[in-house]
Amino acid sequence: MVRADGAEDLRVGVFVCACGLNIAASVDVEEVRKFAETLPDVAVAVLNKYTCADPGQQEIKRYILEHKLNRVVVASCSPRMHEPTFRQCVAEAGVNPYLLEMTNLREHCSWVHSTDRVAATEKAKDMVKISVARARLLESQDETEIPVTNRALVIGGGIAGIQAALDLGDAGYQVYLVEKEPSIGGIMAQLDKTYPTMDCSI
Amino acid sequence: MTYSEVENVTGYIGNFKVTIRKKARYVDEKECNACGDCVKVCPSCTPDEYQMGFSTRKGIYIPFPQAVPSSYLIDMKTCLGNNPIACAKCQEVCEKKCIDFDAKDEVVTVDVGAIIVAVGNDVYDPTELDEYGYRSYENVITSMEFERLICAGGPTEGHFIRPSDRTRPKSIGFIQCVGSRSKKRGNPYCSNICCMNTIKDTVLLKDHYPDTDVKVFYMDIRAFGKGFEDLYMKSKDEGVHYVRGLPGEVEENPETGNLIVTVENTTTGKIEKHELELLVLSVGLLPRKDSDVVRQLLTLSRTSDGFLMESHPKLKPVDAPTRGVFLAGCAEAPKDVKDSVTQASAAAARANVILASDKLTVEAITAHIDPDLCKYCGLCVKVCPYKAITPTDRKKKIAPQVIEAACAGCGTCGAECPFDSISMRHFTDAQIYAQIDAILDTNSQDKVVVFACNWCSYAGGDFAGISRLQYPVSNRLIRTMCSGRVKDEFVLYAFRKGAPVVLVSGCHFADCHYIDANRQTQLRVEKLWDKLEKNGIRPERLQLEWISAAEGQKFAVVMKAVEELRQKVTAEEIEHTKEVLAPKPKKKPVEEAASSA
Repeated sequence: MVRADGAEDLRVGVFVCACGLNIAASVDVEEVRKFAETLPDVAVAVLNKYTCADPGQQEIKRYILEHKLNRVVVASCSPRMHEPTFRQCVAEAGVNPYLLEMTNLREHCSWVHSTDRVAATEKAKDMVKISVARARLLESQDETEIPVTNRALVIGGGIAGIQAALDLGDAGYQVYLVEKEPSIGGIMAQLDKTYPTMDCSI
Repeated sequence: MTYSEVENVTGYIGNFKVTIRKKARYVDEKECNACGDCVKVCPSCTPDEYQMGFSTRKGIYIPFPQAVPSSYLIDMKTCLGNNPIACAKCQEVCEKKCIDFDAKDEVVTVDVGAIIVAVGNDVYDPTELDEYGYRSYENVITSMEFERLICAGGPTEGHFIRPSDRTRPKSIGFIQCVGSRSKKRGNPYCSNICCMNTIKDTVLLKDHYPDTDVKVFYMDIRAFGKGFEDLYMKSKDEGVHYVRGLPGEVEENPETGNLIVTVENTTTGKIEKHELELLVLSVGLLPRKDSDVVRQLLTLSRTSDGFLMESHPKLKPVDAPTRGVFLAGCAEAPKDVKDSVTQASAAAARANVILASDKLTVEAITAHIDPDLCKYCGLCVKVCPYKAITPTDRKKKIAPQVIEAACAGCGTCGAECPFDSISMRHFTDAQIYAQIDAILDTNSQDKVVVFACNWCSYAGGDFAGISRLQYPVSNRLIRTMCSGRVKDEFVLYAFRKGAPVVLVSGCHFADCHYIDANRQTQLRVEKLWDKLEKNGIRPERLQLEWISAAEGQKFAVVMKAVEELRQKVTAEEIEHTKEVLAPKPKKKPVEEAASSA
């Protein structure tokens, strides 16, 4: 959607996640959803029980298409965990993945303010507001492709390093196994037998 | 590559450049056929590390018979040297002429797409637990020493003897949790393997010498894995005596060398004394001390127990937080052989995901320089930790350019540029100002503005959440990739908008995911402290904290501390700050003023 001045018409969708009771137990998620509706450029605010689950993702996609959303705020958990999930989700509905913003209601609010529902709800509303403010200014980005060197380095030649190097070697890659000591084997080579089957270690 | 160490790692997922030092062995490992002629003539001896010092080896040696590579090497600390007057006997007898005293370390550079860190662990040294008398009594040994004494490849060829009189001990005790599960000494965590290792040892003893009286002093027996309970039952069935209680004291009978163990048996509540001919301390596992170089090179973090931290405890248990790096074995946590092998295969499979693709995409979070706004000062070139910005030329008016493949997106250049000519994709100035506005346009006096770096401090906040640590509600986080992104103007803008307290938080030094970009953060915050002080603003209203991804506890403590600070900031103070930091009427731009002077 393009405005008369050529700028894009902003249509933000906010998806508030209850995360079962992980968020809903200490944050009034419906109040947060209603509050989100009042924020600038928010076209729609939706409450999901589990946003990351398939039905939740389907709902995001449906709302993107029905409401012509071009910015998505998912108020759920840490972007360090689910940003890749929701980036892919919005991309499948035709929205550039960099037009997604996440609000970390779970790790940074409901789980750490679990005894004061009123205060936690107020903070959650504020957090959504901050996210919407950022989301309105997000821009589409194209990811850069980089080449991959098909070789691997394994640091440490104990049993773990040897196994990892063998697996990668068997998969057809060149592997550099670097061991500090004069021989591979590590601590396991010093053991007599190994439990529970009492077989030799070397 | 054995006898080799990683010296440097640069690059990123799919494109690491690794420098490896191959230490000189002084014996050509390809030529040496391990005939052993050299060993016979070598006159110098040293305790054999492989045999835990129970026997000696020569200056020229093979670490153990099955060593790979099957080749000798010279330990220069023990060797008498290559001067024929001094020695060089090995060189004379070596038929294949593969001994070269002039061999030098070799430094090689390799390109790899993925790295697996399997640096292993150290073993606890029980010397500090003087009640067990490890260093005082000859017949107190560790579980590692036990392995060598019972092994057919050991110094006694598997004839189990005790050190003091080289006789076979008829009664043997094991003390569990040595260096583990103690908040006072050693480590608070369970070392995972020691219960089963001891059970295995007792079964071995009963197998070799059924008449031996074997006792195990323990607090809990953790036999949770497949086949473990069976082995525990077998040990009990064979007559191993399990005593619940950790000994408080061990004394030696100086005449017999026997040990008298005093223990409170917690099942009967009685104090017991046991006389034993040999005592084995079941020692725990420690994080590998010398792995710190690798950890820093790969910007990995440690959990509070000191082992390397995984990217996510459940969903990415073998991924390191640095993309393209994976963890295997005891580097990540104490574990047994089976778990090490399992994790190693998992790490290999995860690495395969990267190696199997020809191309990868990287996040579009890079810097962009607008040549029209650039004044060619070259500051960005100087501060870039990745040398990803091409040089500038003030005379020729050549603006610097960002090499996108090398830019990691920390944002330090954007924060340092005095002319606002650098924009950071996905973390633009405008986006961050909008977040500050959104925080402070209502009830600003109640809030603490927190800049948190993605990798450490924000993740530390996540860890506080996962741990359900409770802290005050006043903080509002703005996530940046690196604390180096936090421009001085962001902080001043927040104060101008009425922020009572601002916190800038990042990774600890040497943990920074952008080499050392957080050093710039520190310099910038120090300058800001000066500026605040000059303007009559209490500098402590700007806080700087280093919080790692594993420090959920610290995150919660810091959040409490900044809230306490906030409560002490008065409304008058905030008003005063707004006034003194208010933008001054615009002067002529600096450049023009300089040229007209």
